[in-house]
Amino acid sequence: MSESSQASAFDIREALDRHSLHEQYAELDQQRESAKLGMWVFLATEVMFFGGMITGYLVYRNAYPAAFQAGSVHMLFLAGTLNTAVLISASLFIAFAVHAAQEGDRKLLIWCLGIAMFLGFCFLAIKGYEYYEHWVEHKVPGPTFQWDGPEPRHAQLFFVLYFALTGFHALHMLIGVSLLAVIITFAARGRYTPEYHNPVENVALYWHFVDIVWIFLYPMLYLIGHKHT
Amino acid sequence: MAETIVRKSTYVIVWAVLMCLTGLTAGVSLINLGQWSTVVAICIAVAKASLVVLFFMHLLYEKQKIIWVWAVVSAFWLIILLILTMNDYVTRGFLRVPGK
Repeated sequence: MSESSQASAFDIREALDRHSLHEQYAELDQQRESAKLGMWVFLATEVMFFGGMITGYLVYRNAYPAAFQAGSVHMLFLAGTLNTAVLISASLFIAFAVHAAQEGDRKLLIWCLGIAMFLGFCFLAIKGYEYYEHWVEHKVPGPTFQWDGPEPRHAQLFFVLYFALTGFHALHMLIGVSLLAVIITFAARGRYTPEYHNPVENVALYWHFVDIVWIFLYPMLYLIGHKHT
Repeated sequence: MAETIVRKSTYVIVWAVLMCLTGLTAGVSLINLGQWSTVVAICIAVAKASLVVLFFMHLLYEKQKIIWVWAVVSAFWLIILLILTMNDYVTRGFLRVPGK
């Protein structure tokens, strides 16, 4: 074995130890690009997942526009608007976190992830309060559903879609804050460096995607009834 | 291939624009614009989503063309799903087929 190949073997082992370079990759850049591409492919399947439910919403809104507008009046407009602001702000701190990871500022990274996680819990708390209000008002679909206006079955359909869409979105938020908890733990152990921080980037991509889903759900569910009040 | 580091001030500007657009879409929903309400709401939502994808998700700074392909393709598939489905449901009444 020549001296240069011994040196390169040592370099690779050192890289493996320091930066979690997996053996199937030639270098860290290649590993990072593969990880990022994998995340984008996963997000494309998520677009299809939410797309199916959004199509269902469009079909029934087209069929029963009056009932959907009447249902939307029962949404908590302020809570929904506040939640939009909370999510956008959380995304800002996630973007700051990626910036901190790229610069190798571990303290700032942990702070930004922590603030984003706190905002994620704020979102879920506000969402939980909304669900509680709907329950008290008998607007949860099922045997307890009550509707005073015309077309009760069609209005119930609006609430079915509302709970399905926001419920799956809330589930994604729950997964998002759980991922942040994992990332914060690893960041505290000093696992991430300017060369290796793929998990931070991919969790950030996931978080921003969940933000985008809400950007569409907000006008679809909260804003279609207000023009009549 | 090194990563592009986006400046923090860029993120703050994008955040401010997103907040303004949220206020705008909430405000416009209080005004009765008839059918245009939906059009305005969709346009603002698409603008906000584009800002998030381009800046927060770094697509604007992305050097790998394959990531662009996946981003565009997922939007394209979604549009096929929505447009072709609604093309059926919206136009069903047009022909006034007896019994329909």
